[in-house]
Amino acid sequence: MSKLGNLGARLHHGEVGYDFVKNRKIWYGISILITITAIVGLAVRGLHMGIEFQGGAVFTTPKNMSASVSQAEEYAEEASGHDAIVQKLGDGSLRIQIAGTDTAQSDQIKEALSEDLKVDAERINADLVGPSWGDQIANKAWQGLGIFLVLVVIYLAIAFEWRMALAAFVALIHDITITVGIYALVGFEVTPGTVIGLLTILGYSLYDTVVVFDSLKEQTRDITKQTRWTYSEIANRSINSTLVRSINTTVVALLPVGGLLFIGGGVLGAGMLNDISLSLFVGLAAGAYSSIFIATPLVADLKEREPQMKALKKRVLAKRAQAAAKGESPEDATSDGSFDEPDDATPAVVGPRDQPASRTRGRGGPSGKRR
Amino acid sequence: MAAPKKGRNASAQSKPGRSLALILIAIVALTGGMFASGHTTPRLGIDLAGGTSITLRAVPEAGQESAINKTNMDTAVEIMERRVNGLGVQESEVQTQGDRNIIVNIPKGTNSKEAREQVGTTAKLYFRPVVATELSGPAGTASPTPSASGSASGKATDKDKATDKATDGEKASSSPSASASSTTQGRAATDALKADPSPSGSASPSPSGSAAGDDSSKLQAAYAALDCTDESARAKAGDGAKPQDSTVACGQNSQGQWQKYILGPAEVDGTDVDEAKAVFNTQTAAGWTVTMDFTDGGAKKFANITGKLAQNQSPQNQFAIVLDNEVVSDPYVSQALTGGNAEISGNFTQEEAQSLANMLSYGALPLTFKEDSVTTVTAALGGEQLQAGLIAGAIGLALVVIYLLVYYRGLSFIAVASLLVSAALTYVIMSLLGPTIGFALNLPAVCGAIVAIGITADSFIVYFERVRDEIREGRSLRPAVERAWPRARRTILVSDFVSFLAAAVLFIVTVGKVQGFAFTLGLTTLLDVVVVFLFTKPLLTLMARRKFFASGHKWSGLDPKSLGAKPPLRRTRRPAHPGPVDPKEA
Repeated sequence: MSKLGNLGARLHHGEVGYDFVKNRKIWYGISILITITAIVGLAVRGLHMGIEFQGGAVFTTPKNMSASVSQAEEYAEEASGHDAIVQKLGDGSLRIQIAGTDTAQSDQIKEALSEDLKVDAERINADLVGPSWGDQIANKAWQGLGIFLVLVVIYLAIAFEWRMALAAFVALIHDITITVGIYALVGFEVTPGTVIGLLTILGYSLYDTVVVFDSLKEQTRDITKQTRWTYSEIANRSINSTLVRSINTTVVALLPVGGLLFIGGGVLGAGMLNDISLSLFVGLAAGAYSSIFIATPLVADLKEREPQMKALKKRVLAKRAQAAAKGESPEDATSDGSFDEPDDATPAVVGPRDQPASRTRGRGGPSGKRR
Repeated sequence: MAAPKKGRNASAQSKPGRSLALILIAIVALTGGMFASGHTTPRLGIDLAGGTSITLRAVPEAGQESAINKTNMDTAVEIMERRVNGLGVQESEVQTQGDRNIIVNIPKGTNSKEAREQVGTTAKLYFRPVVATELSGPAGTASPTPSASGSASGKATDKDKATDKATDGEKASSSPSASASSTTQGRAATDALKADPSPSGSASPSPSGSAAGDDSSKLQAAYAALDCTDESARAKAGDGAKPQDSTVACGQNSQGQWQKYILGPAEVDGTDVDEAKAVFNTQTAAGWTVTMDFTDGGAKKFANITGKLAQNQSPQNQFAIVLDNEVVSDPYVSQALTGGNAEISGNFTQEEAQSLANMLSYGALPLTFKEDSVTTVTAALGGEQLQAGLIAGAIGLALVVIYLLVYYRGLSFIAVASLLVSAALTYVIMSLLGPTIGFALNLPAVCGAIVAIGITADSFIVYFERVRDEIREGRSLRPAVERAWPRARRTILVSDFVSFLAAAVLFIVTVGKVQGFAFTLGLTTLLDVVVVFLFTKPLLTLMARRKFFASGHKWSGLDPKSLGAKPPLRRTRRPAHPGPVDPKEA
């Protein structure tokens, strides 16, 4: 099998693994740093809202223009310094829309355009246009988003628990902040496409976190019935055991978007395609990262504050100390058997590696049936 | 595996074939439907395909020039946006231009005539009591004898049997036919008629023949002179009437004859309508009708007026539903209608009923608009953008396939097949949604669909990893496939539920492009579940019987050895370190 396949096997058997939970402070630190950068970027540079949100100027040229749409777009962007939308109308005239211009600027742009397009300035009709993405759409979008977030937190709190809901929420905010911040830093204009991209990320970020949490929930189901691992340790295993899945999914999701961003954008330079794929690329990467490096360690952090888990940790540590005092490896004496025997009384701590007893009893034969 | 498994396997054996057959039939049927409908590509948004641009100019009404202000223009934009973009997937754009123009851009392939009607129609709706009515024709027939008038209205209303339907007893229905798209509404001259709350009598030979009010003589004159068969006269009828005034109006009855009316002051108006829907009425054979739910206030007013009217004699027990000064419906009332809803029937076609419902739901425009120009526009993004995007996307997808092939080997066949099925279903359904609900694909949606591929792929990656984990446990392939499924299924359902929740909430609450996004997200999420349940899982079950996979061929992607499966026998005990990353098994 390929190297990755081997890695999968070794991760599965716990031969290799990265201690995500133990090193969480580093990752928290990195994330906080990135987030602060993003917020500063946002505060300093701000977002350039596109014509769809704030309106702008529209110029209509006379009929039968010789200049092509892309030429006109270039001229318009040069003259205004903003992204321009150029459309050819039925009678051959051009409609050029430019964001964020007032009447005074509009006159200058008109002059510049008339020179570039070699048309008499008087024959270019200038007008102001309002936003097509009006306040109503924006308000309803915020409202919908708010309702969704409340519902999803409630859902996660019921399906999982409130700590996971909180962690998923933090991860979500983290992803969105980073994406918006990078958008501000790069200086792309915000279009409806950007907003759709952000919403896509919002969905993906939660989706990815939930997949990781599902494994975490499964592996920690009977955690109090054993004394071998603390919650953090099991959380860490859970991340490692779904790591292959996380990597594969991220690669599969990122490859096409990366194609759009690097190939599409590289060939064409900036454009709407670039705007969207940038926000998607950053957001997807952040979403995959935060599920593993932020959300799960955060759950472990919160869980370890629970009295039950504190007691468990105490028991686990005591046991280890005891074993160490005896001068032997604890696994030898106690856990190997208890851990790997499917019909043992204290099963169910590690998901993919060992089946919980109930499942084994329900469906499979006894362990002797294994090949 | 062992004996207890047999029953399960047997059921699993009959199932995969059926599921696969089901989904293949669905694909074939949908594809057939797509070719039959003649829409073999999804409709593209303005950014990708261009479309039609309509410029509307607000027409000042006499003495109301100040009404054309920013607030009213913005409201008009919002209402038009909702009318042409009701579901949010139509990708139409509405914006103001200058002080009194509104540009409406609709993507190619939209029924532009219908769209023009929808944005241009003011849609002022009033419920007015009928004071008098008669068939209207050229001058000669305009003054019928008293008896003729009585029979005329009787005739019209016989057919328009107003109903308290046994089922709900609340729907008033009748069927004078009228075009849903009524015409202009100007304000040339104002009738100085005073409102008269009680049905005012008329000099004309109305069957009720109650005393004539002094103020109504002008109205009577207008009524007598009105010839509804003449289009220009019809357009002027009731011009400039204020809602609180009595007025005259025209309408067509179910035989297609024009009928003229004297109508009392408006008792309920369009703002009292909460929501309107186009419904195919199978009970009364009225065909397509529009049902309206009133707001609480509207329901009270409506119950009031119908209660009053029910005590009157024909035709004063009728009320007229007047849309932009044309009577679309004039049902009878025999008792107070307290249910808070009403039905308009009028020999509508489906499109007419839907566009009327649409207009009523989103309210009347605060201003009257005239079409200034209609022209085609090219795509807002150059053609090269789309092309480059497609090429880049294709390269990205090819990379995905290569990655899957390298990583999953033989298993990647199932992965790629699942992706193809998912892509085919998405494409076909999007193509079909173009003509049915006006779904149009814009560039962000294309990108969203590409991300959706990632999410679909995730579902079977989760499943494959579970299967491989089971094999690592030392299970043979077939039981591994079955045992991995319940757990993978739960993960898939839980995570897809979150996506679906997002889609549902956003679709219900938001408007415009966000709503369109929610629709696409919901669709792709559902398809993800469908594909994994009906295609990936059954296919894997079937493939697990193949020797190539079952024997764990080196290239199958399920080779126990390279997956690092446990040896078949109990392994030897090895010391291991405590700690989370403990090398338990080597």
